[in-house]
Amino acid sequence: MLQTRPRVALFVTCLVDLYRPTVGFAAIKLLEAAGCQVEVPEAQTCCGQPAYNSGDRTTARDLARNVIDTFLPYDYTVVPSGSCGGQISHHYPGLFDDSDPHYRGRAEALAAKTHELVSFLTDVMGMQEVAARYDGVVAYHDSCSGLRELGIREQPRKLLGSVQGLTLKELVDRDVCCGFGGTFCVKYPDISVRMVSDKAKDVVETGADTLLAGDMGCLLNMAGRLKREGAPVKVRHVAEVLADMTQDAAPIGEPK
Amino acid sequence: MVHLTSPAFKENAARALADPGLQKALARTKPQFHGKRAKAVAGLPEFEQLRNIGRDIKNHTLANLDHYLEVYAANVEKAGGVVHWCSTADEARAVVLEICRQAGAKTVTKGKSMISEELGINDHLEAHGITPVETDLGEYILQLRKEPPSHIIGPAFHLNREDWEQSFRESHTDLDPKRVFTERRDILTEARTKLRSRFLAADVGITGANFLIAETGSSVIVTNEGNGDLTQTLPKVHIALASIEKVVPTLEDATSLLRLLARSATGQDFSVYTTFSTGIRRQGDLDGPEQYHVVLIDNGRSNMIGTDFQEMLRCIRCAACMNHCPVYGATGGHAYGWVYPGPMGSVLTPTLVGVDKAGHLPNASTFCGRCESVCPVKIPLPKLMRHWREREFERHLTPGTIRTNLRLWAWFAKRPAAYRAVTRMGIGALGLLGRGKGAFKWLPFAEGWTRGRDLPAPEPGGTFMARYAKARRQGR
Repeated sequence: MLQTRPRVALFVTCLVDLYRPTVGFAAIKLLEAAGCQVEVPEAQTCCGQPAYNSGDRTTARDLARNVIDTFLPYDYTVVPSGSCGGQISHHYPGLFDDSDPHYRGRAEALAAKTHELVSFLTDVMGMQEVAARYDGVVAYHDSCSGLRELGIREQPRKLLGSVQGLTLKELVDRDVCCGFGGTFCVKYPDISVRMVSDKAKDVVETGADTLLAGDMGCLLNMAGRLKREGAPVKVRHVAEVLADMTQDAAPIGEPK
Repeated sequence: MVHLTSPAFKENAARALADPGLQKALARTKPQFHGKRAKAVAGLPEFEQLRNIGRDIKNHTLANLDHYLEVYAANVEKAGGVVHWCSTADEARAVVLEICRQAGAKTVTKGKSMISEELGINDHLEAHGITPVETDLGEYILQLRKEPPSHIIGPAFHLNREDWEQSFRESHTDLDPKRVFTERRDILTEARTKLRSRFLAADVGITGANFLIAETGSSVIVTNEGNGDLTQTLPKVHIALASIEKVVPTLEDATSLLRLLARSATGQDFSVYTTFSTGIRRQGDLDGPEQYHVVLIDNGRSNMIGTDFQEMLRCIRCAACMNHCPVYGATGGHAYGWVYPGPMGSVLTPTLVGVDKAGHLPNASTFCGRCESVCPVKIPLPKLMRHWREREFERHLTPGTIRTNLRLWAWFAKRPAAYRAVTRMGIGALGLLGRGKGAFKWLPFAEGWTRGRDLPAPEPGGTFMARYAKARRQGR
């Protein structure tokens, strides 16, 4: 563990902000347990991915500037999402070319100290275990950006392994996308639904009663499909279980 | 020639998803490709390093493409071959037809070649009274069925055994009705019987090329059926069709890439046949053509050099990207609507037919990145697809509703206080609507989402930022 308490800025992400505030509070609890001093900068909105992946670089750049200005002063920026985390740590620098060396440098500096939540806890803060209990059989879905862009695979499994009462099951084809893909899911709903139906089938086949992942987009997509099929699987963000906060909110898509 | 239906990608995809035969065929992707590639890769510890080498060989060649093409052409000519430089598909078709005419050709055998599909060679020859005969098993059945390929290495991947049997029974009128087609071997035997005489009768053999080797002037093809060898050695005239980016500097470079190719494609260490063709038959040679023509085709490639899309020219056509693509796995190759399907096609097709026509292709991706992770020459396919989305956005080809929604969202996202206010209201309203339900079966403006899945309602109690601010005010 680090000796001093690093100042960590939480980038909440728009989906957690709007859809699943408990994930934000769970992230704060975990970061504090890991010895961080957590702040939530008020000027944050969205990392800009919808614009970036729709080809609107100008808007993506404008939003990136705002995030860079807001978050650069902190020791670390931590994001409870592989995809938004990857946007800042892997894609921001490329938004600024040689014509804007000032922001290019700032983007690179922010990228270097931005991390997805769970990998930050284990890899940077050295967290080995969590103080949590969850009585259930859990399947963990690797989100694509987390898995392939950020190399997050063992970290959540390691921490989940320390949760009392939890049994972890692996999905077949665990490196296959759930079909969310940001705006893809509404631009190409037929294909997206087919992909998420395949994933829902794999989830049900594990026999797990709970599905966890680290990205709200994938979670909303998979929860929506499981719910449509009437599958009795509880869907939650992995931080809720790790922070022992599953009492704070009903599973995603379930009435309170 | 492949009829362009890329503009109707959505309709094509919907039809494909509802086609049980196609879906049955596509279910073979996993057993046929995934596990085999993974096993082949695991069996070669230096595979990752080899990917870097492959990428570097191609990058170096592309940076010096004019030089290597000239060296290559000189060496082809030294070996008695002729190089035809063609800027466009029209020119290439005309050259091929002229060579066939000069040879007095009535029938032409063909090895599997995607550039031939791109050029529409078969239709062109047929229109001028020359009969092309596809000799790759998959291409042969597609020619009988008058269908384009749906996959770049398994052209008939969309067909099931029953489809093969049906096509044979319809086309091979002399076929004994009692013949059974239960095994792959039964199909092979039938095709072989028909093809043997065609090989011997052909006046010209046309193949593609997996690589062109500058230092030796050789063209290389890999096949698993040996049909390519018969195509290029039995007739008097061999025409090799190749786009300009197929050239590599040395024999050693070609072998490095060959080590990547079959492993990435089919999970074989090597294809069954790897054939190097250098020039014409020399004195004392047991076989070989009297004439050896290389038709070097640009057809839009050189326009990619120096642009965001140059990296696409590294592609060695292994098909690993489509084999591992969940979108291809759902729709199959025909939905993409042109010659090259899957992620590599989603980057290449807009270059070759125009992004105004093929704009759906780079959009129909979740950017899951699985294609890039298996690409033997590390082409950043999602990044290149995103570049196409940028071109579309710049040229106002992005649909108006998407642009309007983006603009509206961006206006608020750039103004945190306004964003805070409007999201608080919106989420409050949605929260009230969804209270007690947990999820919506249907919502106005969310039909794309709710057609096949519920839309989870936001967690009650307001946005995170509002709740956090409140907690701070209360001293937490």
